[in-house]
Amino acid sequence: MSVVAIAPTRVARGWNDPSFRALATQVIVLAVLAGTVAFLATNLVGNLEARSIRTGFGFIWQAAGFEIGQSFIAYGASASFGRALLVGLLNTLVVAVLGIVLSTLAGFVIGIASLSRNPLVSPLARLYVELVRNTPLLLQLYLWYAVLTQMLPAASAAPQLLPGVYLAKSGLHFPVLQHGAGLILVAALVGLVAFAGHGLWARRRAELTGAPAKLWPGLLLLLLPLAAVALDLAATTSFDMPRPTRFGFSGGGMITPELTALLIGLSLYNAAFIGEILRAGILSVSRGQLEAAAALGLTRGQALRLVVIPQAMKVAVPPLASQYLNLAKNTSLAIAIGYPDLMSIGNTIINQTGQAVEVIAILMSVYLTISLAISAFMNWYNSRVALKGAS
Amino acid sequence: MSAAAPSVRERLFGSVGNTLLTVAMLGLFVTYLPSLLRWAVFDATWWAASPATCRAMGGACWAFVHEKLRLILFGRYPFEEQWRPFAALLLTIMLVLASCSLRFGARAVIAGWLLGIPAVIVLMRGGVLGLSFVATDLWGGLPLTVFLAVGGILGAFPLAIALALGRRSQLGIIRGVCVIFIEMVRGVPLVSVLFMASFMIPLFLPGKLQIDALLRALIAITLFSAAYLAEAIRGGLQAVPAGQEQAAKALGLGYWQTSLLVVVPQALRLAVPAIANLFIGLFKDTSLVGIVGLTDLLLATKQALGDPQWRSFSLEGYLFVALLYVAFCSFISHYSRALEKRLQRQVV
Repeated sequence: MSVVAIAPTRVARGWNDPSFRALATQVIVLAVLAGTVAFLATNLVGNLEARSIRTGFGFIWQAAGFEIGQSFIAYGASASFGRALLVGLLNTLVVAVLGIVLSTLAGFVIGIASLSRNPLVSPLARLYVELVRNTPLLLQLYLWYAVLTQMLPAASAAPQLLPGVYLAKSGLHFPVLQHGAGLILVAALVGLVAFAGHGLWARRRAELTGAPAKLWPGLLLLLLPLAAVALDLAATTSFDMPRPTRFGFSGGGMITPELTALLIGLSLYNAAFIGEILRAGILSVSRGQLEAAAALGLTRGQALRLVVIPQAMKVAVPPLASQYLNLAKNTSLAIAIGYPDLMSIGNTIINQTGQAVEVIAILMSVYLTISLAISAFMNWYNSRVALKGAS
Repeated sequence: MSAAAPSVRERLFGSVGNTLLTVAMLGLFVTYLPSLLRWAVFDATWWAASPATCRAMGGACWAFVHEKLRLILFGRYPFEEQWRPFAALLLTIMLVLASCSLRFGARAVIAGWLLGIPAVIVLMRGGVLGLSFVATDLWGGLPLTVFLAVGGILGAFPLAIALALGRRSQLGIIRGVCVIFIEMVRGVPLVSVLFMASFMIPLFLPGKLQIDALLRALIAITLFSAAYLAEAIRGGLQAVPAGQEQAAKALGLGYWQTSLLVVVPQALRLAVPAIANLFIGLFKDTSLVGIVGLTDLLLATKQALGDPQWRSFSLEGYLFVALLYVAFCSFISHYSRALEKRLQRQVV
């Protein structure tokens, strides 16, 4: 756009002068904002005094005095409010991370199923997406929670999903490793390093020779150390198995029905949206790309992995990022089914101390930080998958 | 992928993978469909008034829905007066449909709402015209859900247009304020905004001035949807060709005339799909007001299920409400798609 500067015939003064008007508008907006904030703050101070609520963050060090049903760190009623908030934060992060992983996996299945040419599979996937997207997440959480706590049998009759894995009224029970957790961690790390190393080597080789990189040797390297350790552990049987008794389960690990319902609900809800995002991404890749890949002699699998998916991801990553953000924020619905996430513990603390302003400030800044972290990560990832050279 | 459309038989049994998939799907249908049908239809109890009959039949207990229908639909609103929320609900829906039908001009639509909103409030609240007074904490069920969703989006529009224009403004401070508001609200969960409204609005207002819980929730929903709506409208603004603005300026229109008469109307038209998606999201999200204690459709259902006699029929209750939500939400999305087409035809 080329703009030809024309000398003004008359010098604008006062309100007619654009630069003066811009300055004045901003000053007025700032003044109104500052006035509103001052008005609210004055009321706040007056109201807090009238209700004799002490202000400040000193309450964080006081003893909380309430129990929390699920905690990943040591916590007792004598621990401080600060520690209670930390427990809540960890509970929120666990749900958010597991939810993102599970919903992505389920979303891939839904997305691919809705693109399937099989006339039995795709309508079912479409129906799933329609039903799930058009009902509130909260409703789905209530539903899963009711199914898990009311309709499942008690311990003695609990169905065994996998050997040693039971689903009962009391939650999801599974075997826990007694020894060798460290060994598995090491094996997983070794596998990851080998996988990454192979990936780099394969890419360099692909650039040098032009032969497309293969995925399976890397996957093999990733899984081999784990498999070796698993075989070794299976020989020494170091699992603590859950045993159904008349009054519940003894031994093993357990996920509460609250966490189970939250994970199932969040994952299945977001999977519908993620499936649609992936479907749109794959559909955005023009047919010619596939045909060109076939003409070059690539197999269908290679064409998908090397041609279609990289281009689909370019379209899918930005909406995927906002879906992950939604999921992280939606973990706050945990409060409705009694899973002690950050929001629900914050609510308990407000009811006990009355320090709503401080607690809500903490809650909001923590959620903002989580959101910013996710969007920063996804922006970084997006810049990696974006077409090089494209704007 | 061949160019010609493959036949059904080819799509079912075209390859080894597809055949396996077909067999697996058929297996699933054969295993689960009969027992599902038996539970939902053949062994279900439809009208019996006692939970014991349901247990004897063994299937779904749709009699629960029949028994508690008015509690689910209208919450704790006094039983004899329930025609009032019903009438208010119909009036609101008719106003929304009339506003979106494109049959009436902007002035008629605004006049309709200016008359309609007080009418709804009078119907619901009573205390005048011989209607008995009903406090807002007794309002509930489907009307509350619809009022919160419609009220939230109506209230959000002016704020969202201001925020969207502000975000594109040349003035640094105004742009900064708008960006901070939009990004902060979008970065936190709606539950926390509802908490803020319910705990903190009373603290921020002068001691004597108090706002009731329903209005506080409506304020929270309005502020929350304004941030998202602003981004949808900004998307529309970006899609309006720059020539439109330049032409308006060339005609001598000022900033406000250019924005409100030329740019914003086109942006809104372009943003119809995004706005419809937001509205569907908002309609579902109003269920979160249950967390701060308002008896919306979902909480009313939960309360109906609190009856110890009927407690074991949660699945039926939630499935019924889910169907209501599905009906409303798919209606909105189909309507918006039709609206989009009509708008496109108008432009061309």
